[in-house]
Parts: sequence; C-alpha cells; structure tokens
Amino acid sequence: MNFTVLTMAEQIILTLAALMLFTSFLLLAQTRLLTLIHIFALQGALLFATTLVIAFTYGRHHLLISAALTLGLKVFFIPIQLQKLVTRLDIKREVEVVGNPSLIMFGAAALVLFSYYAVLPIRELSMLATRNTIAVSLAIVLLGMLLIISRRKAVVQVVGFMCMENGLMFAAVAATQGMPMVVEMGVALDVLVAAILFGIFFFQIRTEFGTLDVDKLNLLKEVD
Amino acid sequence: MNVSGWILALGQTALLILLAPLLSGWIKWVKCKFQNRRGPIPWQPYRDLAKLFRKEVVVAQQASPLFRATPYLVFSVTVLASSIVPAFAVGLPTAVIADVIVMVGFFALARFFLCLAGMDLGTAFGGMGASREVTISSLTEPAMLLAIFTLAMTFTSTNLDAMVLYTLTQPFQIYPSFIFAGMSLLLVGVAECGRIPIDNPATHLELTMIHEAMILEYSGRHLALLEWASMLKMLIFGVLICNLFLPWGTALHLEPTAIAIGLLTLGIKLMGLGFVLAASESVLAKMRLFRTPELLSLAFIIALLGMLGHVILEVH
Amino acid sequence: MYLQLAHFGVLLALLAAAVSLPIRSISAGARMAFTLLGLSGLVTAVSGCMGMLTGCSLNLILPIGLPWLNSHQHLDPLAGFFLIIVGGVTAIVSLFGPSYIIGSVSDSAAARTLAFFTGLFVAGMYLVILAADAFSFMVAWELMSVASYFLVAHEHHKKENVAAAFIYLLMAQAGGLFILLGYGVLAGFGTGFTFADMQAATLPEHWQHIAFALAFIGFGMKAGIVPLHVWLPQAHPVAPSHISALMSGVMLKVAVYGFIRFCYGLLGTFYWQWGVIILLVGCASALLGILYALMQQDLKRLLAYSSVENIGIIYMGLGLSVLFASNGNPVLAALGLVAALYHCVNHALFKSLLFLGAGALINQSGQHDLNRMGGLMRLMPITAICFLVGCISISALPPFNGFVSEWLTFQTALQGTVLDSGVTKSIIAVAAASLALTGALAAACFVKVFGIAFLGQARHQDTLQAHEVSFGMRASQILLASGCLLLGIFPSAAINSMQTIPTDLLGIGLSQVEAGGWLWLTPISARASSYGAPLVLFGISIAWAGAYLLLHPRRRKTPVRYSPRWDCGFGSLSTRNQYTATSFSQPIRRIFRPVWPIDERIDPPTPAAEGGRYSVHVGDWAWEKLYLPLGRMVQRSAKMVTKIQGGNIRTYLAYSFFTLIIMLWIVI
Repeated sequence: MNFTVLTMAEQIILTLAALMLFTSFLLLAQTRLLTLIHIFALQGALLFATTLVIAFTYGRHHLLISAALTLGLKVFFIPIQLQKLVTRLDIKREVEVVGNPSLIMFGAAALVLFSYYAVLPIRELSMLATRNTIAVSLAIVLLGMLLIISRRKAVVQVVGFMCMENGLMFAAVAATQGMPMVVEMGVALDVLVAAILFGIFFFQIRTEFGTLDVDKLNLLKEVD
Repeated sequence: MNVSGWILALGQTALLILLAPLLSGWIKWVKCKFQNRRGPIPWQPYRDLAKLFRKEVVVAQQASPLFRATPYLVFSVTVLASSIVPAFAVGLPTAVIADVIVMVGFFALARFFLCLAGMDLGTAFGGMGASREVTISSLTEPAMLLAIFTLAMTFTSTNLDAMVLYTLTQPFQIYPSFIFAGMSLLLVGVAECGRIPIDNPATHLELTMIHEAMILEYSGRHLALLEWASMLKMLIFGVLICNLFLPWGTALHLEPTAIAIGLLTLGIKLMGLGFVLAASESVLAKMRLFRTPELLSLAFIIALLGMLGHVILEVH
Repeated sequence: MYLQLAHFGVLLALLAAAVSLPIRSISAGARMAFTLLGLSGLVTAVSGCMGMLTGCSLNLILPIGLPWLNSHQHLDPLAGFFLIIVGGVTAIVSLFGPSYIIGSVSDSAAARTLAFFTGLFVAGMYLVILAADAFSFMVAWELMSVASYFLVAHEHHKKENVAAAFIYLLMAQAGGLFILLGYGVLAGFGTGFTFADMQAATLPEHWQHIAFALAFIGFGMKAGIVPLHVWLPQAHPVAPSHISALMSGVMLKVAVYGFIRFCYGLLGTFYWQWGVIILLVGCASALLGILYALMQQDLKRLLAYSSVENIGIIYMGLGLSVLFASNGNPVLAALGLVAALYHCVNHALFKSLLFLGAGALINQSGQHDLNRMGGLMRLMPITAICFLVGCISISALPPFNGFVSEWLTFQTALQGTVLDSGVTKSIIAVAAASLALTGALAAACFVKVFGIAFLGQARHQDTLQAHEVSFGMRASQILLASGCLLLGIFPSAAINSMQTIPTDLLGIGLSQVEAGGWLWLTPISARASSYGAPLVLFGISIAWAGAYLLLHPRRRKTPVRYSPRWDCGFGSLSTRNQYTATSFSQPIRRIFRPVWPIDERIDPPTPAAEGGRYSVHVGDWAWEKLYLPLGRMVQRSAKMVTKIQGGNIRTYLAYSFFTLIIMLWIVI
C-alpha cells in the first residue's frame, strides 16, 4: 500500500501524529518551565484536533464529547492551573536536566525506533490505514516516561505523566477510533483528580522541603 | 544539443547572481521596518558592491597566493552551485551536472578555502573565524544531509530537478516527514548563511563574529566578490527551500508564459521567505557560540524525526 | 601470463631487498634498491591492470611450499585491483625513498636494513594478494607483518620506537592468529586449504557466523577499525615517512583485501546482521578516527588517526554492500562494493601523498609538532600545493577523488529504501548522517593541518630554514596529486573499468554507470542521481575566468596595495597571536567533550611564564578502558600463575607426577 492511496483525512491524522511526536521532543528539549507548560497545552490541542477529525470523518459522534473533554482539561484547565501554580510558587526558573541533553535527545530518537520495532507485530492485526500511529503513541508514552526520569522539578514530572496519558488517548482515538465512552470519561476524570492531587502535593512538598526538587525526597528514606 | 535550454540555464544563473543582493537588501529593509527604523532602500547592496569594486585592494604583505585566489574560487564555486538549482523552471540541462549532495560539497569547498584564507595571514581573527566556521559547519552538515535523505526517501532521487518535478507531477499529498525536513533545512540554512541566531552579518564585534572574522583582511573587489558570494549562497538556500517544499508555479515546460509564471511565483515565494527571516531575526537574539550546538542538534533531531516519521507513518 | 608478470614483480622486490645488503654507500644502495622496487611496482601494477580489465581468473600452482600443498597462486579482478594499488603506490613512493633516506639516515647499516626490509615488506604484500591457498596467504601475511615490524622499529635506539613497534607486532600477531583460526574453520568443513576448496565448503549457520567474526577481528586488527586501531597512531609517527605512506596507504588496503576475499570470495553467503555490524563499526571508526585526528598535534599521528577514519568509510561501503546482498539486491551490493573499493584506491593515493608531504615537512623543518610549524607555503610551494590537493581530496570536496567515493557511499545508502525492514532503513540513514559529520570534521581537521603548517607565520626558528625538497620527492608528490585529480574528474571511466570485480564476486556489474554518457557518473540511474565531474571542473574554470576577466580591466585603475596586516591598532602582531593547532580545535573539543580523555591543566603565572601556562593532553579511551585493563588483567593472572612456580624441585616433580597420573587416567 502506498501513501498516495490515503484519503485527505488520513493524511491529516498522520501529520498530526507526527506533530504530536514532535511536541514530545520539544518537551524533552525545553529548559524553561513556562514554555514547557505551553508546549504541553499545544500537545493537548493537537490531540483535540485529531479527535475532532476522526469524529467527523468516521462519524463517531461520541468522540466529540471526548474531544471537548480534551479541550477543556488538557488545553485549558490543567495548563492554566499549572501555570498559576508555577507563578504562585515562584519557580519560573530553568529546569535542571539530569544527564547530557543531546544524549537524551538521541536516546529519545532511539526510543521512537524501538517503539516502531515493538509494535510491528501488532500492526499486522489492524486493518485501518492509520494503524501506524500505534508506534507513535507508544513512543509518546515512552518519551513521557523519559521526561519524568530526566528532570528534577516535580512540575515537569506532572507534565510528563500527562504526556504519557496523551499518548494513550492518542492510541485509543487514532488507531482504534475511540474506546467506549465510559472508559474515556473515567480516564478524563483520572487526569483531573491526578492534577488536583499533584497540586496539593506540590504545596505539601514545598512546605516540607522548601523546594520542588524531587531528588530532595531522597531524604525521606529511613536507612542511611 | 539543446541550445535554448542552455541559454535559459545561463540566463537563470545570471538572474540568480544579479538577484542575490536584492534578497539581502529586502531582508534588511523588512527588518528595519519591523524595528521601526527607516532602513536603507532594498537595492542598497548593489551600491555597496559597486563601491567596493571601485575601491583599491589592500593586501597584507604576508599574504600567500592562496589569499588572492580565494575570492575568485569562492565566487565561482557558488556561481556553479547556483546553476544547478531549479529556480523558475525544471528540465534545464545544467541541473544534471550535480545533485544536491554535490551542492553541499560545493559549499564545503568554498568554506574550505575561505577558512584557509582566514588563517593565511596568521592573525588571531582569521584563525578564530576559521575555527568557529568549521565547528558550526560540522554540526550543520549532518542535519542537512539527514533532511535531504528524508526527502530523497520519498523522491527516490537526489537530483534537484527530479525532486521538484516529483512534487509537481504527483497528486497533492501532505507528507509529515516533509514538515520536519523543511524545519530542519530552515535551521540549517540560517546557520549556513551566517544569520541570527548563529552569526550576525551586521556585527563587527570581535567576540561574536564568524564569517566576518574570516574575511576581515579583505578589501576592494576581493571583499566584493566574497560578499556577493555569501549573498548568492543565501539566495540559493532560499530558492532551494522554496522549491523543494512549495514548488508550485515552477515552469514544467520551457515556454515563455510558463517561465513568466515561474519567475513571478519565485519572486513571491522569496519575498515571503525573506519576510519570515526578517521577522525571526527581529525577535531572536544571537546565541552564544557554545549554545549553537544545542540549536543545531535540535535541527538534527528534527531531521531524524522526519526520517523516522517517513519510516513509521509513510511506508505501509 | 599476467600472473607470471606479477611474479616477476615479486622477484624484483626480493631482488631489491637482496642488492641493498652488500652495497656500503648509502646513496648508491638506496638508489639501486628503490629503482628495482619502483620497477617491481610498475610491473605488478601492469599485471594487476591486465588482471582486472580482462576479468578472467588466472590460476597457477607453484612447485614450492609444503609437499602436500604446493603454493597456489591466482590473479582475478579483485586481486588485480589491489595489485594496482600496491604496485602503483610502491612505484611512486620509490621515487621519494632515495632522497629521503640520503637526507635523513646517516648510518650505512641502518640504511641497508631499511632498504632490505622495505623490499621484503613489498614482496610480502604482493604475495598476500596473489595467494590462493590459506598456507601461502598466511606465510605472505606474516612476511608482511614481520618485515614492517622491523621498519617501524627502524630507529631502535629510541625507547618509544621500540615500544610502538612491539605493540604493532603484538597486535599483528594476534590478528594473524584470528585469521588463521578463520581459515581453520573454513578448511575444517571443506576438503582442503586452497581457496577453491574453502569456497566449496558448506558450513552450518553458526559456524559461518564464527568464521565471519574471526575474519572480521583478524583483518580488522590490521586494517585498524575501532577499537583495534591503537597500533596505528603508535607505529606511524615513528616509522620513516615513505614507510608510513606504504603502511597506511597500502598495507591497510591489503587487510581490506583479505576481508573482502574472505567474505565475498570464501564465505559467499551474507547475513543482514553482518552488514549491520560492519556498517556500525565502520561508522564508529570513521567518527572516532576523525575526532581523534582533530585533537592531535603530531602531524603523522594525526594522519594515522585519519587512516582509521578512512578505513571506517571503506567499511561503511562494505557494510551497505553486505546488507543489500543479504536482502537480495545484488546491483546495490555491487554499488556498495565499488564505493568501498574506490575509496580504497583514493585513500591509497591521498594518504600516501599526505604522508610523503609530511615526510618532506618533517625532513625540512625538523618538527613533528604542528604547533611549531607555520608559513611553510612560501618556502616549499610545490610541496604545499600537492599537500593542499591531498587535504582537499581527503576532506571529500569536489572535484577531487575523495568526494567521488563518499558520494558513491551516500548514493548507496540512499538506496536503503528498498530494504524490507524499517529498522535497518533508519540505521542506514543515521549512518549516512554520521558519514556527513565525518566529512565535515575531516574538512575541519585538514583546514587545521594545512592552515597551521603551511599558512600563517613561522612559529619556530627551525621552520625558517626549510626549503623545497629534491626532485624525486617533488615528483612523487606531483604524481600522486595528479592521480587524485584524475580519479576525481574521470570517475565514470575508472568505475567502468572496475566493473569486472563485482561481476566476478556478485555476478552482476553496474550497468548504469555511464548511462547518460561518459561525462556523467550515474550509479543507479540518470534520474536518481548524477555527477558530472568534468563539467564541474569546467564550470568552475569558466566562472573563475569570467569573474577574473570582468575584474581585470579594473586592475590598472585600482592596483593592489601591499600593507601590514590589520592589528586592531594595538601595534605589531607577533607570531604568538596566531591560532595554534590546539586552539583551532578547542570549540570541537568542548562540544564533543566526552569523546576523549582530556587532561587539561592551567598553571598559575610564574616569573618564567607570565600569564601562566596552559597544557592539554588528549589520550585515547581505547587504551584507558580496554587495553590497559586488559594488560593489568594479564599481569594479575600472570602473578597468580607464578605461585605455581615455587622454585622447589620436588614441587615440579609432583606436577609431573600428577600430570602423568591424570593422563594415564584419561587414556585408560
């Protein structure tokens, strides 16, 4: 099958997939906290666009609700909350990266290749033209984890977590045209609760340790 | 022998050579408008070149013959590079002389001699410029090549002519990999042409300059040739980026109307690109030298993503 | 017939070794030996040329060797091609040798041994290529290794020379052992030790992998792939320059020949894993080789590291070829092979040229260290221009030859889209990008070499004494430089005549090379890519002439005025204002920081050195992480073994006693 036989909608979905992957890389490359949050919002917007395109082209109207949830939560609510948090806690400074930034980027590229390799057997099962997006969504999940591992500030780790969730949502939407409504609602609720919980935790961590550096949590270990 | 084709090819080369200063002037003018300055008229670079050609040449006593040969060599290599770019028409006979990888080689050759000329006199500036130039170019070349590679995977060719022709003749497609290759090539082009945020063509502050440091000892017609060559190089990159990603309008047949349309669209595309470049130069600041690897490795990563995107998303 | 001619060349080389011994006068001995050596080179190159062009394989059994295994000899296109490289470079280097020896060796005995072992060394290389059975191959291989050991250890009164030569011998012997085992595996499944028997052998798959691994390591050790390269930067700086030229330009190619013969000729089957391994090791060698070269100050050590880089590029071509062959694309496999072979001949030309140039420089200025050279272009213009040609060629810039082979490698890599697996496709693309990085770094490296050594101002008093070298030395450099230019401008003709090699090995040639006419090199098809090298040179000349003629009338009106350099108004510039080799590579050193073990030291100011002293020493991770621990481990285990060696005679007798009992037990 050649790329030329895809419909315009499918091409757009593939392009959006590539852009989502790109935003994940941008998140990894970004060293400023506020910009990081903005990029995360952008990724949410891309996810929203993908959901919308799929909802209209394939007539899956229940996806519209999911799209609305994505728009509300991931594009506006959580980024705005995070931004407020960052301003309130006065941690606008640059994010410390663990390890060599260039090496992390190359590692990330290798992860993408790995996820492609990993989903090769799964790809054979799906008949949809957009099944290739499974590799992309797996890559987004893995990159989110990489983001969590490679940063010190807790805020970034929340973003990394949300980014993973974006990857999962994307897989659900693009590769299988949506999960049952209940699951999607549940996931959205989860994210919301997680965001709120994280917000509370930030304050707690900060009052306790005077910083949001998660490496400081090492002090909590009992054995010296 | 296709005589009219050769004449057109020569005409295109001459046109590119003559247009090159206008693009720089245009960018400078737009940039001044962005910054609320009056700015020189767009054809100011022609006046500068003419002035330089009239001036006497001062050559340092310690200079070797290489120093005096370099401006001619750099200029002629750049001119040759301009002759293989499909600017307003495809199917010109000069296009098969070299493919895009050879063109990268041409720029590398010009750079090689420019760096040597910088080191010829044994001044600190020349050595500094040469050292920085080779450092930056060694970071841009892999990114550029990977971007080209990504494009070539779809086009199955590295001939610029065939690449442009492919997009023009195939039904319209959105290729995710092209978006990345385009971004990467833009970044690389900015670095290769010595623009902000890598190098600042307007500065003569010792600590920041790269290209200007190498040509510091040149004057008169030598300097004019080098300046012209660097303007031409920028134009080539501009034409390349425009025509690889937005080739529409380029003449498919060598007929007067088609060529006129090709010329017109090329002008519009270049003006647009100049506008974008001026805008980005107005909002960005020049980077510290040792921050540039981050930007260029980003360019490489983007190109790599494009390539992976092609492998993952576009091949079924 | 041509095979006999080649044997005549071998005899001439041996004769060169023999005549040099009795002649006492240095100049007469050197002239005599090198004339014979040059003749042998010419004869061999001609026979190789014939062998390659005719495309048929000649076989001969010489009545020497073991009673049950007479020495088999052959001359097929592949052997012919490598004979051209060895013979051609030997012939040209022979022009350089006499004046170099007369100029730099004062001891008659030393000169005689040098000439003697040079003859043996060259004869050994011929015989390796001509050998058609494992026994003759190994004998010739060892002759080559041992003779070159004596050449490296030439100035044996210097301690570091002996150490370098010892490392070289050690690694050569280890490599030889691997090769021997590789042949052993093949012979074990076949019927005999001749190449024809080995080719006919059918191996189970895992034994094929083992044989491949043994050959890869064994030949890789001689060729100098990372991390088996450590002998190169040790041995090359201490060997005489024309010997370095032969060793780096030619001997490494003989190792590549052995590898190609083993893989393509004897094993004959290809696995994609092999391709990926060769490709990745090639990438690593190319990148690390040039990065290490960039950091060197010793000119010949720099060139040695750059040989590692070029061997890496050759291996990349071979890796691509094996990948395509395993995927069932013989045409592309042929293209990769031709790219690798073309780089072999190119590297032989420009690396010999650069080593000869370095020899001329060192001979004249008495300095090995780039930081003490400078401004030599004015004093040695011919050497400078030839060296510049070498620098441009090795930096892979058009229109010289190095560019063509790298371009071909790129074109092969670009065809990676035909492969089935997306993962290998991506690996190939990244490999191509790293080849681009290598090329750009090579340009940086050789800008540094030429800019520091030949341009600028003299950094040391001694360099001011330099003057142009003798006719023979100049002639050899000019010949090599024109070879670089010719192979760069007429690649399609050269590649067309190399067709017989892939036809012989892979059963298919490159039909499209001259599809668009002799002016254009079109490796795959005229649509996919084309490179009109003659037109490029023509175009540059036309543009140059145009610019020059247009500006020339102005020359009378605005003549050139000579003035001092721009000194920023601070007064006179000294030679210490210049960039040095160390400072030139500083940005790259900083960007690729983890690649080298760097010992950087800044001493505070003292009365002797106002402003303090800065020193930097760049090591090699391969030494520090691989060989030194290995050496320590060997030493530790040796120490443990010494415990057995108590010195007590009764203990020894007890050992014998127990051994006897165990033996008896096993036997019964």
